Amino acid sequence: MNNQAEILVIDDEVQIRKLLEITLDSNGYKTFFAVNAKEGLLAAANHQPDLIILDLGLPDEDGQVVLKRLREWFKNPIIILTVKNAEEEIVKALDSGANDYLTKPFRTQELLARIRTALRNLVQKHNEPIIQFGAVSIDFTSRIVKLKDEILKLTSTEYNLLSILVKNEGRVLTHHYLLKEVWGNSYSDQTQYLRVFVAQLRKKIEEDPNRPKFIITESGVGYRFNTS
Amino acid sequence: MKTILSRIKLKNQYLICVVSVGIVASLCLFTRSFLDHKVVGYILLVVVSLLAMSLDILPVLLSAVLSALILNFFFIQPYYTFHIYSTEDALLLVLFFIIALINGVLTHKIRKAEKRLQIKEVRVNTMKLYNALLDSLSHELRTPISAIMGAIDTIQSETISISEENKGKLYLEIEKASLRLNHQVENLLNMSRLESGVIQPKMDWCDLKELVYNVLDHLKEDLQFHKVVVAVDDTLPLFKLDYGLTEQIIYNLVFNASQYTPKGAKIEVKVDYNPDVDFDYNPDKSMSCLITIADDGSGFPEEEIDKVFDKFYRLQNSKTGGTGLGLSIVKGFVEAQNGTITLENREKGGSIFKIGFPALVINTKEISNE
Repeated sequence: MNNQAEILVIDDEVQIRKLLEITLDSNGYKTFFAVNAKEGLLAAANHQPDLIILDLGLPDEDGQVVLKRLREWFKNPIIILTVKNAEEEIVKALDSGANDYLTKPFRTQELLARIRTALRNLVQKHNEPIIQFGAVSIDFTSRIVKLKDEILKLTSTEYNLLSILVKNEGRVLTHHYLLKEVWGNSYSDQTQYLRVFVAQLRKKIEEDPNRPKFIITESGVGYRFNTS
Repeated sequence: MKTILSRIKLKNQYLICVVSVGIVASLCLFTRSFLDHKVVGYILLVVVSLLAMSLDILPVLLSAVLSALILNFFFIQPYYTFHIYSTEDALLLVLFFIIALINGVLTHKIRKAEKRLQIKEVRVNTMKLYNALLDSLSHELRTPISAIMGAIDTIQSETISISEENKGKLYLEIEKASLRLNHQVENLLNMSRLESGVIQPKMDWCDLKELVYNVLDHLKEDLQFHKVVVAVDDTLPLFKLDYGLTEQIIYNLVFNASQYTPKGAKIEVKVDYNPDVDFDYNPDKSMSCLITIADDGSGFPEEEIDKVFDKFYRLQNSKTGGTGLGLSIVKGFVEAQNGTITLENREKGGSIFKIGFPALVINTKEISNE
């Protein structure tokens, strides 16, 4: 495998850096490292990496601040590393522009999968009019969704929800974001709508709605659309 | 009584002394014509002794001095002077004063010793708990660490040749050990979150059907040899609960069931909506959300059922692992959401955990029709 994508890792833990160095290197990525926020911001500006892995717990500056400062100019994907039970922090980071998150301890296979998805979305910006996943296809020009060549009847809310999930494939979308985008600003706290419509949508597109393969729940954070 | 009185401010304690000695003395004053002043001395002694049982040393000394003065001034002839005619009365007064003082001081000392004993007892209990924690912790953490270190030593060893197959097995052991470590650390963190009282449930609408299946998906490795039955109706409403806490509750209970029942055992997870809730008039029946997790394993020993939710409690003959934290975390997380949890053995064998939440409810039909 030779990806030659450049990845910047901002993490103060030497063991994590070592682990990521070996893992990323043997998967063909070119990696740079920064041990604190100051170095990280500098390295991001100097190297202009394709992707940044940012640990939220840095010694010299709050990771959320670093994230915001990066997002002032950095458009490529940022994956954040954080601890479990920090849903609020995760939601905050995702709302300030992080593409994805992993909680420590994480599995490297999972990290690699997330990196691949984020980089893939960087290359193909989903401009195709028709997207296919499993037995489902969506034609964005005619707003027609088909399951095994049969037209699926979706309400307009269901369609809007599905299309925003699909267009952000692989990315975690927070409850707030989805509610705002699909229902409007005044609905951003009304999670009941999201719960009901996600359940409805799963019944229509998932083979087993109880064990969804496409619309994945991210506990306490939001939903992610998966095709891989 | 004792504890309540000893919490009274010092200033008020002086007041109590003056008032009670004063009241008793003035009552005695009415009986002066037919009651000997020696009897009055005894009565006042009783008052001082009673005060000594519950008040601080200084107010008690004050009441001793005060009652001696009163005895002299009002009851020993000549009245209304501090003069004393007879040597007998002078002796009586001195003796009275000494007894009152000794009484006060001794009672105070006894109470102090009692308090010290209590503190010591609490300390001993804490130490016991602490040792139990250390015991189970060091075992629970060291076992997986030993497994990891041992496996790595064997893999790295230059003196023995190890087959690829065995190497694979060792890697698997390392993986299992680190997952176990992670699980224990998770439990400890949750426990300390509970202990420090920082848990503030974030109530939000939850689809419990989704939540249950999500938990089972996380546990699928542990459940591969069990029969898992989910009974959740399609018409189940949304409940307002903390998603993360509820997830952890069901996770711990199902995980426990998977660890402590034999292969092939049946684990049932059921969520019911109780439509008869009446939040305003019947708080006992206000559990709108009922979750039961049952298995057909061997159940819990009856005499230990009451203790399983206690911190660090582990069943007498439990076979492996466990810090005894899982179930107390479950209880803590249930109660943080104002819920209740009970454990019973089933008649046909196995155990059943019943959880009730007084959660707000919203019908999904109403939403999808909007």
